[in-house]
Amino acid sequence: MFRLKVNNIDIEIDEGLTVLQACEKAGVEIPRFCYHEKLSIAGNCRMCLVEMEKSPKPIASCAMPAIDGMVIKTNTPLVEKARKGVMEFLLANHPLDCPVCDQGGECDLQDQSMFYGVDKSRYKENKRAVSEKNMGPLIKTQMTRCIHCTRCIRFATEIAGVPELGAIGRGEDMQITTYLEKSMQSELSANVIDLCPVGALTSKPYVFEARPWELKKTETIDVMDAVGSNIRVDTYGWEVKRILPRINEDINEEWISDKTRYACDGLLKQRLDTPYIKYAGKFEKASWKEVFNIINVKIKSTNSSKICGFTGDLTNMETLYMFKEFFNKTLNSKNIEFRNNHSYINPENRENYIFNSSINGIEESDFILLIGSNPRYEATILNARIRKSYLKNRMKIFSLNDIGDLTYPYENLDGRTNTIKAIVENQHDLSKIIKSSKKPLIIIGQSALSSKSGKYIFESIKSFLKQNEKISMDWSSLNIMSEHSSTVGSLDLGVFNTIDGSNETLKNLEDHKYEIVYLLGQDSLKFKKENEFIIYQGSHGDKGAEIADIILPGSSYTEQDGYYTNLEGKLQKAYKATYPPGEAKEDWQILNELADTINHRKLFKDKDELLSSMLNYLKLFKENTSNKKSSNVNDLNFISEDIEINNTDYYYSNVIARSSKTMLNCRNEKLNFLKTGTES
Amino acid sequence: MLKDEDRIFKNLYNDKGSDIDASKKRGDWVDTKDLIKKGRDWIINEVKTSELRGRGGAGFPTGLKWSFAPKKVGSRPHYLVINGDESEPGTCKDRDILRFEPHKLIEGCLITSYAVQAHVCYIYIRGEYLIDGQKLQAAIDEAYEKKLIGKDASGTGWDLDIYIHYGAGAYICGEETALLESIEGKKGQPRLKPPFPAIIGLYGCPTIINNVETIAVVPTILRKGGKWFASLGKAKNTGTKIFCISGNVNNPCNVEEEMSIPLKELIEVHAGGVTGGWDNLQAVIPGGSSMPLLPKNICETIKMDFDSLITEKSGLGTAGVVVINKDQDIIKCMARIARFYKHESCGQCTPCREGSGWMWRMLERMTNGEASRDEIDMLEDVTNQIAGHTICAFGEGSSWPVQGLLKHFKKEIEKRNNINPMFNKKKDIPYLIDQHLLDKDNV
Repeated sequence: MFRLKVNNIDIEIDEGLTVLQACEKAGVEIPRFCYHEKLSIAGNCRMCLVEMEKSPKPIASCAMPAIDGMVIKTNTPLVEKARKGVMEFLLANHPLDCPVCDQGGECDLQDQSMFYGVDKSRYKENKRAVSEKNMGPLIKTQMTRCIHCTRCIRFATEIAGVPELGAIGRGEDMQITTYLEKSMQSELSANVIDLCPVGALTSKPYVFEARPWELKKTETIDVMDAVGSNIRVDTYGWEVKRILPRINEDINEEWISDKTRYACDGLLKQRLDTPYIKYAGKFEKASWKEVFNIINVKIKSTNSSKICGFTGDLTNMETLYMFKEFFNKTLNSKNIEFRNNHSYINPENRENYIFNSSINGIEESDFILLIGSNPRYEATILNARIRKSYLKNRMKIFSLNDIGDLTYPYENLDGRTNTIKAIVENQHDLSKIIKSSKKPLIIIGQSALSSKSGKYIFESIKSFLKQNEKISMDWSSLNIMSEHSSTVGSLDLGVFNTIDGSNETLKNLEDHKYEIVYLLGQDSLKFKKENEFIIYQGSHGDKGAEIADIILPGSSYTEQDGYYTNLEGKLQKAYKATYPPGEAKEDWQILNELADTINHRKLFKDKDELLSSMLNYLKLFKENTSNKKSSNVNDLNFISEDIEINNTDYYYSNVIARSSKTMLNCRNEKLNFLKTGTES
Repeated sequence: MLKDEDRIFKNLYNDKGSDIDASKKRGDWVDTKDLIKKGRDWIINEVKTSELRGRGGAGFPTGLKWSFAPKKVGSRPHYLVINGDESEPGTCKDRDILRFEPHKLIEGCLITSYAVQAHVCYIYIRGEYLIDGQKLQAAIDEAYEKKLIGKDASGTGWDLDIYIHYGAGAYICGEETALLESIEGKKGQPRLKPPFPAIIGLYGCPTIINNVETIAVVPTILRKGGKWFASLGKAKNTGTKIFCISGNVNNPCNVEEEMSIPLKELIEVHAGGVTGGWDNLQAVIPGGSSMPLLPKNICETIKMDFDSLITEKSGLGTAGVVVINKDQDIIKCMARIARFYKHESCGQCTPCREGSGWMWRMLERMTNGEASRDEIDMLEDVTNQIAGHTICAFGEGSSWPVQGLLKHFKKEIEKRNNINPMFNKKKDIPYLIDQHLLDKDNV
């Protein structure tokens, strides 16, 4: 513990803090531009100058380590003069274009010049003009506004791991650029917009759309991947204008992926706003009553075992629970499934399908093995955490397959299941390393689980880790990488029908054993329609709606309250930020009304009843599974094969992203970049 | 006047040859092994006794600097870096050492490396000194051949490798931490201090950085004794120094002289006097372009050493004496220097990046008589806002010459810039003119 004096206030701080942090502890605010908690210290804006006893010059508090017995003063004329001076220099070449700047209203420079600046300019020379730089479809640049804090450069090199941003030139001719004027090849690139303290880097899709004070802000959860990043949705009227990250140190720190941020324009396009019925291959508008009656007649005339339901990637847990109740109670059917492929699941125990060591736990690990997973595309934020951990621990990272640039170095194995066999049978070098590591991390991805050997890979690795005591109360090495926001929730709620882990419902569907197929936001099924009657309930007109006979317009994740469980098993609630378009309704409501039409009895009185019923179910489920001993799975058939990574089309992975123009632009940019062959 | 036997750089004008045989005749490499055998503490103590101060500009006591290096080599190796990025306008002393006295430098490298426990020494040379660098490389090759450096250097059992690294032409790379960044292959931008290079320097390892001249005088100090060196000059400002005299003098030259020599003697005796006679003198920049200039009345009596110049609010710097006579436009001279600093600012931190260009533009207008009276005070204010608020000493270096001008030649500027702000004369300015100009108190 160090004792310091800040403005005559005595404080005690831990060792290893900077003067700036010590001042914050004392409740003294220090203005800053270049300093950011998550980035390395640059100390170049000079805004945080404070006076230190025995130092003739003011010191940069962000860079100076706090030492025992320091006497810091922040309210002296010397400090005030220094701040005013720096502020004057910053504003000297900064354009006075706040009225046409998108940063206006949330600009650090604007705010701080109100507090620390002078109201009149003495600078009579011509202001500097800097040419704009092309940084791709997401980032709009106005480099004349740049104050050279280098936060963006440090983010790109340190967090994103793509050293594509840099400064060229010297002195007042220094310019921030991507050198070749291409977009940053990173899925985290747009975070530089949040980091930029001025309007030099602003959001291109959001350009001149709204002012921050006009927007309604809703704090909610992202559904683009299974990480469950915490976000803030800003709406103007009905439209979702933009999505910003919210700080959650356990999940996304303060970053979000580009898809999370920019798929939101897909919420305005391709929307289903009224029920449709297909007559002779053409969709025609209909009323809710009409479609409910048709469905009612169709269901009553069909054997309940001939009805199946598939849920989608973005469905929230209330709807999933409602869907399950609807099938079990109203239709008397068990044919429901959340998987759209033949991946293996073992729902016996909760640890079999979640990311057990948690996202924070990645930072403690000393060894990582990726099996059939490309975390960069499947869970961008989680990949950033692995990079952070790598920079801190420099641990060994292996991947079964060569999966391209992950922003950190890794060794790739041959991609064959034989390697896994060798590892679990102690015949591989990695077996020893895993055994000797204190906190190894084995990440099994969906590409491995959906292969023919999915069962073998999962069960053999699990028993190998069990034998070597790598699955215990303190640390569990077994981690499943879920790709979709609804996956873990579906497994918790039991939205599947399986005996041995295979996807029987899908197999029956492929064999055309069902007459009615109910798709709840499910757009990625790969089956050829024959005589099935397909009901599609969802928010967007995509692949699911295309093959449907009846379309029920539902809501997207910003238009209804809903729970999601992220890949590490954390239950989080998404809040309603806006309302569904046109005739569309919230998903649980549609199912409730449909049940009413079929059985003349609603499943739940209102949403509160649904919610308490679901939370009760989850509570019982967790109590039941926590003490359960996992049984041994014996009939493991080893198949020698190559594990292939499903090449996730990152910018096109769900209906919202597919409807988004911004995502399309990003995808084209990426494809063009790949054509140049400069990526390894 | 310095006696001939006290002269350290006897081949400053290359009349005796710079190769190893000629150097040995002058006393280099004669008893290097014996000097090193006396041990680290003896070497550092002897340098401390000599009161040698760094010759690169800041004048930091060299022995003290060496003692900052960790006493024991830990997991990280130590490095010695020689700063030969001599870019200060008006300074050309290191160049003559590199090409005419390379063996003094190489021997100094060996002794210093031994004293600070470094096995690798980098000599960072300004890119423009290509030919001088080649001459130094030839001398290094000679030394390797004679087993003076390399494995078991000079039979002392100490291994030393010397590498030359050429800069790419940035003035800021003469700043020690920017120089380290440059060697590491990065953009030459100064680092934040603390940590100081003696603890975390090149590649994160303890590093001692010294100027070429500082290292080159070390062997002679050890041979003749620290007391001998301390007996020259005056207390705390000891020894000899190479002065570079340029500008409006009849005979611009490099000359090794005793510290504390009167400036007038330096100019009159060695440089053949001011062009047009002493009375034609206008001002002298005593220590390279970054030091504040001195007007004629101070030049009459000033002695050339660190402390005397500081009392006159200037500095010895690199001892690059630039003489400006009355034929020159002093404001234009300073505007040119300000332009140099605007061009060489690295752009990392705000005050220097934005302020250096602002100063230059104001001085340009003042040269042409286009500035208003109130801008003169404003210029001084701007220089004060830069100095002391930056990461490295470049902020001071760029604002001191302007401050020197304002201190001694304010009348000259005022005489030329007679424009009074418009708001004093006319009160009935149309609304379109900036309203804030009307209330002068707030400007």
